[in-house]
Amino acid sequence: MSMLKWFDDRYPLTKVWNEHLAQYYAPKNFNFWYFMGSLGMLVLVNQILTGVWLAMMYKPDASLAFGSVEYIMRDVDWGWLIRYLHSTGASAFFIVIYLHMFRGLLYGSYRKPRELLWIIGVVIYIVMMATAFMGYLLPWGQMSYWGAQVIINLFSAVPVVGEELGVWIRGDYVVSDATLNRFFALHFLLPFLLAGIVFVHIVALHKVGSNNPDGVEIKKGPKGNRWSETAPADGIPFHPYYSVKDIAGIAGFLFLFAAAVFFAPEMGGYFLEHPNFEPANPLKTPEHIAPVWYFTPFYAILRAVPSFAGSAFPGVVAMGAAIVLIFFLPWLDRSPVKSIRYKGTLFKVWLAIFVVSFILLGWLGVQPATPVLTLLAQVCTFLYFAFFLLMPIYSKMDKTKPVPERVTK
Amino acid sequence: MSADGVDLKKRRMLTVATSVVGAVGAGYVVYPFLASWAPSEKAKAAGAPVEADISKLEPGQLLRVKWRGKPVWIVRRTERNLSDLAKLEDRLTDPASDMPQQPDYCKNQARARKPEFLVAVGICTHLGCSPTYRPDMAPADLGPEWVGGFFCPCHGSRFDLAGRVFRGVPAPANLVIPPYYYLSDTRILVGEDGGAA
Repeated sequence: MSMLKWFDDRYPLTKVWNEHLAQYYAPKNFNFWYFMGSLGMLVLVNQILTGVWLAMMYKPDASLAFGSVEYIMRDVDWGWLIRYLHSTGASAFFIVIYLHMFRGLLYGSYRKPRELLWIIGVVIYIVMMATAFMGYLLPWGQMSYWGAQVIINLFSAVPVVGEELGVWIRGDYVVSDATLNRFFALHFLLPFLLAGIVFVHIVALHKVGSNNPDGVEIKKGPKGNRWSETAPADGIPFHPYYSVKDIAGIAGFLFLFAAAVFFAPEMGGYFLEHPNFEPANPLKTPEHIAPVWYFTPFYAILRAVPSFAGSAFPGVVAMGAAIVLIFFLPWLDRSPVKSIRYKGTLFKVWLAIFVVSFILLGWLGVQPATPVLTLLAQVCTFLYFAFFLLMPIYSKMDKTKPVPERVTK
Repeated sequence: MSADGVDLKKRRMLTVATSVVGAVGAGYVVYPFLASWAPSEKAKAAGAPVEADISKLEPGQLLRVKWRGKPVWIVRRTERNLSDLAKLEDRLTDPASDMPQQPDYCKNQARARKPEFLVAVGICTHLGCSPTYRPDMAPADLGPEWVGGFFCPCHGSRFDLAGRVFRGVPAPANLVIPPYYYLSDTRILVGEDGGAA
């Protein structure tokens, strides 16, 4: 005890523990969807740990990179496991984060006072995409190479400065050793930045308190529970209640994750694409270039927008807008209620349309662009944007149900 | 200095001046970091324009130069070759070169600055093999209608002597024409357009 006091006199150890865990009161009605945040952090730790280990054996050099990945897979003891944990972890990260974001959509977790929390979250998502994109170049396979070529050419489509910008990003006129080397450095750096923003995300969360499936503000409700006179009546301490619940979620997640790592690490060409088992060849373009699944919805939007005056820039703008719009969600939703439980049919229908279009776009992004599929992609792109841009109208018109005073079961 | 004698205007001016100088300094510090991302001297040398001497090129001959790691062909076309270009048009995918596969100054029938000389990147637009130069007329393997052109041995794509792709072959687009210009009547610089973009 005196030891703890020695620390507490010099560092707010007990204070931080209580404020953020033992005496942090979260709504008592969390459900399945509330696992995703802690799972995201678990996967981030997995990515950093396995990533640092891979960096000990990987060579960021155009002539050695592909071989060093094969060396990790074949010659390094357990190297295959560390690499598969990393490559499967990348896809798992996006699955968990997409579900985490969808939870926000379901229960209106982006609404006041959590707008900034949502914005920080979208920043995390964008940094994640940048990290994943740079990481995908590192194995230096055909899809790494040509995927990077296509994505960097998006910047080249910017009018006037585009060409220069592309050269500046690559450090060469084509994707080359210079590009690989800098992407490796940034791919190593960004996850630590990501961990920093996640910390800020949690600080923001603990300032405003968690939302819940009912979208009721427990801080505005009655006070007093088993642990404290002043705490919200509908709150329970995060530790031990939610720390233990999250451990159960982690166990369930690890079952699925391990199954993927051990039995389907390539996931039929979705987690690791087949052309990537062939070394990068700048003189030979693969017949069909598709990004990894977690980028395909946006890639489909890019391809769906026809080029204008010989420039692919409109597609690039549409793709950028599809991501930037997510930031504005807190101000687009004008419904008097937060949670889907009390929203009307209109919002539910639009949410369903959005989910279907997003998943369809994801599928279309891996298909070759035939005229029929392009038309379908255009319809889905239209619906994707309509979900956001018409939200101020339909969320206001929607017939909502009365929200209870207290959280329900 | 006592608190009531504080000259707030002066203090504000000093704060602003210090911040501005600090920001300029920060700008100077940032610059080298951003500039280091530009292509290195080594990359620039490897991607530099290439000069080709065409004075000894006979009609019908092909000259190969390497530019940015890719083969670039320079072909001196005969009168016959040039007159054949017009006859082929109904058998081509993109006879008028509408796809952006060439600089604007080469968007013409011969796809060249001077019709006599074709300058093209020798990489098939299908899967990046390098097609073979086949100037011979009606050879056995290419059929009686062949009047000279390029044939890709990998997947059988055919191009005419202006690098225009024939219909019904795997390649989707005409061969790429790189930027180039004439330094003199006998010297071509591949990789730059001499400001005439």
